[in-house]
Amino acid sequence: MMLKKYWWRSFKDKLVVGLAAGATVVVLLPLGAIFGYLVYRGIGSLNWNFLTQIPKPPGETGGGMANAIAGSGLILLIASLIGVPMGIGTGVYLAEFGKKRFGYLIRFTADVLNGVPSIVIGIVAYSLVVIYQKHFSALAGGVALGIMMVPIISRATEEMLLMVPQSLREAAWGLGIPQWRTTLSITLRTASSGIITAVMLSFARVAGETAPLLFTAFGNMYWSRSINQPTAALPLQIFNYAISPFDDEHRQAWAGALILIVLIVVSMSLVRMVASRGVFKGGN
Amino acid sequence: MLKQMNGPLLKTKFQPAPEVSSPEDQAAEVSRRKTALTSSPFADAAFRYLMLGCALSVLAIVVLIVRELIIRSTLSLHAFGLKFFFRQAWDPVNGDFGALPFIYGTLVSSFLALLLAVPLSVGVATFTTELCPRKLRSLLSYMVELLAAIPSVIYGLWGIFVLVPILRLYVEPFLAKYFGWTGLFGGPQFGLGMLGAGVILAIMIIPVITSITREVMSAVPTAQREGVLAIGATRWEMIRVGVLRNARTGIMGAIILGLGRALGETMAVTMLIGNRPEIAKSLFAPGYTLASVIANEFSEAADDLYLSALVEIGLALFVITLLVNIVAQLMVWSITRGNAARATA
Amino acid sequence: MGVGIQVNQLNAWFGNTHAVRDIQMDIPANHATAIIGPSGCGKSTFVRCLNRMHETIPNARVQGTVKVGDTHVYGNGTSAVEIRRRVGMVFQKPNPFPTMSVYDNVAAGLKLNGYRNRRELDEIVERSLRQAALWDEVKDSLKKKSGASLSGGQQQRLCIARALAVEPEVMLMDEPASALDPISTSKIEDLIFELKQNYTIVIVTHNMQQAARVAEFTAFFLIGNLIEFDKTEKIFTNPSDKRTEDYITGRFG
Repeated sequence: MMLKKYWWRSFKDKLVVGLAAGATVVVLLPLGAIFGYLVYRGIGSLNWNFLTQIPKPPGETGGGMANAIAGSGLILLIASLIGVPMGIGTGVYLAEFGKKRFGYLIRFTADVLNGVPSIVIGIVAYSLVVIYQKHFSALAGGVALGIMMVPIISRATEEMLLMVPQSLREAAWGLGIPQWRTTLSITLRTASSGIITAVMLSFARVAGETAPLLFTAFGNMYWSRSINQPTAALPLQIFNYAISPFDDEHRQAWAGALILIVLIVVSMSLVRMVASRGVFKGGN
Repeated sequence: MLKQMNGPLLKTKFQPAPEVSSPEDQAAEVSRRKTALTSSPFADAAFRYLMLGCALSVLAIVVLIVRELIIRSTLSLHAFGLKFFFRQAWDPVNGDFGALPFIYGTLVSSFLALLLAVPLSVGVATFTTELCPRKLRSLLSYMVELLAAIPSVIYGLWGIFVLVPILRLYVEPFLAKYFGWTGLFGGPQFGLGMLGAGVILAIMIIPVITSITREVMSAVPTAQREGVLAIGATRWEMIRVGVLRNARTGIMGAIILGLGRALGETMAVTMLIGNRPEIAKSLFAPGYTLASVIANEFSEAADDLYLSALVEIGLALFVITLLVNIVAQLMVWSITRGNAARATA
Repeated sequence: MGVGIQVNQLNAWFGNTHAVRDIQMDIPANHATAIIGPSGCGKSTFVRCLNRMHETIPNARVQGTVKVGDTHVYGNGTSAVEIRRRVGMVFQKPNPFPTMSVYDNVAAGLKLNGYRNRRELDEIVERSLRQAALWDEVKDSLKKKSGASLSGGQQQRLCIARALAVEPEVMLMDEPASALDPISTSKIEDLIFELKQNYTIVIVTHNMQQAARVAEFTAFFLIGNLIEFDKTEKIFTNPSDKRTEDYITGRFG
């Protein structure tokens, strides 16, 4: 009946396979290029000096990003003090208590929050903290990043908790253990490795964020004495150096970028490792 | 077999366990159980309210965002009204502000990114879901995930020093030579500009579109795939009719989510787009986006009106991305039904 | 007109599981042949080897020969696409295409083969729906109703029409009525009666009464092996193999 067109259909089939494979190659090329370039341009500059010194004045060569790395750490710490409890708490609520309409509302709101551009979060942190303090600070940066962490951690915590079998909870209740104790000691404990990976993932996500820090932490060429001062951060420093006119600063930008990407890839790989060992390692 | 079932089992009766404890022990036992039962309602309620508080804080944050954005932009809202978004001025010195160039820049760069990203994303999703050998699947999807993990500022860094020279030296001359007649490829070839921003944005949104497209494609039931194969279809025809067609709403949702990401993307775009508040026809020309102008000028905004105008731009950005993301979420949910299911082991 | 199927030393595996063992069978043309046997005996797998659907499952393997008419199904020059057109299949759970109208469902296979002419398509769609005894119920809403909005029995007949539209010579039916109510089931069985005049039907069923009602020949499978293949009457009244007799009389399965 229809054999005559078959070679054409077969050709289209093969063509599509080729195009799809080609698309995959094209998409993965920048991946290789970026990582390759980061190593190529950055590895030469990664030395002890770079990791322990603060920036030299513009135009001078040398110096490092010690304050930026420490600053990022400080800001992330503040961020996690805000984001982790709220995120896990929300996740617990959604998994254990929030079934109907209200739960949907919270989940939806968390998704909305997730989609807000990070620079807008920066504006809000500026409005809430910087304007009142009348100066930039690590605190403000931490608030911005903390807000961003909440929906990430919440969604992942909820998913991990939902994976804990209901029979486990029911066994605990049957023994007379109250709901709150069950959730804390049994359910959370069981899902703990999953939740830890969620927190690490959120770190990896916000550690590289620059936009919300532009006018909250603002950056600093020197060490900050307290959390209430403008503070250097790794991605901020990379940005400032990348757009500067000095070649030496470009070199340092690559080095800083290499450090940043290594930190992110390491935490992502850790996450994968912990996740593949199974969610229910803890509590057994 | 029936005979055996009526045997010994039915003959035994269930006997309760014999009592072993003394009356005092029993009383203590009962009161202990009572204490556990009576104290738990309080602790349970406290715990529940604590968790509820956390959940409400999410709501509070979003309310705060809206509130702060509106409060800080009232100055500009009063000064310019809604025409703010249709004016082409941007003169901080004289206090004259209009956001049209930024809206233009945001839309053009984002849609250019979509144009480049969508065919590639659908191609990668199709390849990894249906066509490639099973062993490669997780490796390839991991690599695409890695693309998503690269921070925007690093994309920008790479873009400035690697992509821009490539565009300036090879791509833009090529486009100008063969496609200059379209009027889209005229003017000086800096490498920096709308085209550069569009390309880097495309690279950045491909992982989002790809992963969601893969999800919705995998959600199509095998029965549909088999139904198409059984009437005599090639593999591509099976994918086209049995998978892509069934998943099309979800794929649309993925694309719109990608758009949402592109609209809000800040750093890489700022580093590549040239940062000039102008509207030009050529894709080689520099531009400016809503997010970029905030990134560049917010910390320098000396007077209140300037700051307010920038916050108003932030408010607009918030509203636009909110609407786009809601539409996208609805479309994706309609296919995959959102939430994780409770395990019933 | 239907053609016969000759199965020679057919073996099939899922990974390491040997699901179909050394099947030797001649399925006669223009008759209905039922395949019966307890769950897991390989009857579905066997049937899916006839139209090369088995190989779509990862780690699946087939060995042996199948001839549909004069064509070697697993021959070097034969395309699976063409075999699947000539050997149609109806699945246990109806699977109409939900994004397409009734009309488009039936026309799907035709369009894949390059049919564009409106009038030709209309003709074939009507003919197929009539053959599937569905025409009268859908003729007024062919393009308005989606394939998934029909009742279960109607959906299954739609799937039959869809398979018939590409003019197969054989129709494979894998427990086509097991997901349907008794009335729809009897409609499907009446349909098979009509269809076998023009097609060769192979129907997998776990319902022995159905096999007796519908098929002239019956094959009994057990743990991947073909135990007995004969006229339905003989299988059900005077089987040659003790295992067949045990199954028929309800000793197991």
